[in-house]
Amino acid sequence: MKPHSGALGRLASLKLLAQRFAFLSLVFASFALMILGKADGFLVEHIRLTVVDTVAPILEVVFRPASTIAEAVNGVRELGALREDNARLKEENARLMHWQTVARHLDTENRALHTQLNFIPDPDPSFITTRVIGDTGGAFVHSMLINSGSQDGVRKGQAVIAGEVMVGRIAEVGLRSARFLLLTDINSHLPVMLEGSRAKAILTGDNSDRPRLNYLSPSSNASPGDRVVTSGHGGVFPPGMPIGVISSVQDGIARVEPFVHRHQLEYVTVVDYGLAGILPSDTVAEGRER
Amino acid sequence: MKTSWLQRMDLWVRHLLPAGLTLVLVMFGAMPTHLPGFAEISPQLPLIGVFYWAIYRPDLLPASMAFAIGLLNDILMGTPLGVSPLIYLLVHGLTLSQRRFFLGKPFMVAWCCFAVVAAVALLLEWSLVCMLVDGMAPMKPVLFTLLMCVAVYPLLSWLFGKTHAAMLRAE
Repeated sequence: MKPHSGALGRLASLKLLAQRFAFLSLVFASFALMILGKADGFLVEHIRLTVVDTVAPILEVVFRPASTIAEAVNGVRELGALREDNARLKEENARLMHWQTVARHLDTENRALHTQLNFIPDPDPSFITTRVIGDTGGAFVHSMLINSGSQDGVRKGQAVIAGEVMVGRIAEVGLRSARFLLLTDINSHLPVMLEGSRAKAILTGDNSDRPRLNYLSPSSNASPGDRVVTSGHGGVFPPGMPIGVISSVQDGIARVEPFVHRHQLEYVTVVDYGLAGILPSDTVAEGRER
Repeated sequence: MKTSWLQRMDLWVRHLLPAGLTLVLVMFGAMPTHLPGFAEISPQLPLIGVFYWAIYRPDLLPASMAFAIGLLNDILMGTPLGVSPLIYLLVHGLTLSQRRFFLGKPFMVAWCCFAVVAAVALLLEWSLVCMLVDGMAPMKPVLFTLLMCVAVYPLLSWLFGKTHAAMLRAE
């Protein structure tokens, strides 16, 4: 009887040892993954996208009812504000009609001047519009998943816009899905300028709602309300795409309130401007100027 | 013979529930809610699953499963690879080592302990992410994420409890 229970005890302790060993090796595996992710971005990205491609159709099907419900709720809420909205839009329309006349005039003038100067225009952009299927990352990463990938022509580094407003750029591309990084993400650096003064800066996300303007010259007199647009430096995005307005300038740090917020993105447009860029698009800080 | 085969199938499917439900929670985390300001503070639901099942059914959600759930979470969420597996493993290990203390204790005790465990886990995750991206991520969204986790815990714990009871009835 005694040797039997001894063997059982040994077996139990052996099992415990094996469990501890398995736990520790999994902890080591986690650290190894972190180092691998830092060292070999390509391999990790490949693994990521294979999995995301597989899960994307599930996300799309599962979340469709959820977004339908959200739309219905929104519809009811909008009904209440119909009258005021209508009045406001009529007023805005009258103002925009005026601007349209001005814009037409300027457009004709601009075209005439272009022909006189032998100006080489930027290539015409091609674009696709796609649905946001995942809002991911929570507090740590500001990125979103879309249901178009390389088979639809999405390439890494392309601009993601909502309406006319720049919201991010494509960071990872799978076959059927892709992930784009929002301008508020801590890894996002974008060359921008103030629309009025043309002062250059780098818009740097820090995972807060309002990204900050780095390298803005103190003589630029940035003040709240100034519009911030892309500068086109780095040759990846065309200049002049709207981003947001300066919301505050405190201790020399200007913060930008984006025109479009993360929760508003339902459909986005991925634009290929045909600009190769002066830096490889897989460097994170593609806009960092020398 | 046939019924016993069916019963075995049934039991097998029921035994997949703890891990399966936690995996579903990972996908829920990627749901676009379109609520203003919610995405930044959305709760880390899988954390609740890992904590709960480590107490009540560690045989059905072992450490290796916690690792796999974390891996899927990182891949889907875009967080640096390896962070969530480590966090979930540590939460699993810590909870499992204190399992005897939790069993038979009232709900409030588990809730309070979850708050402490989640706070440690999110703080660790925050510091790891800061280290891996070479930057200071703001602390405030993390704090609110923690509050959301703690607020959602009773609901999920109730849901898991019902599932667990159904599983026990079948066994």
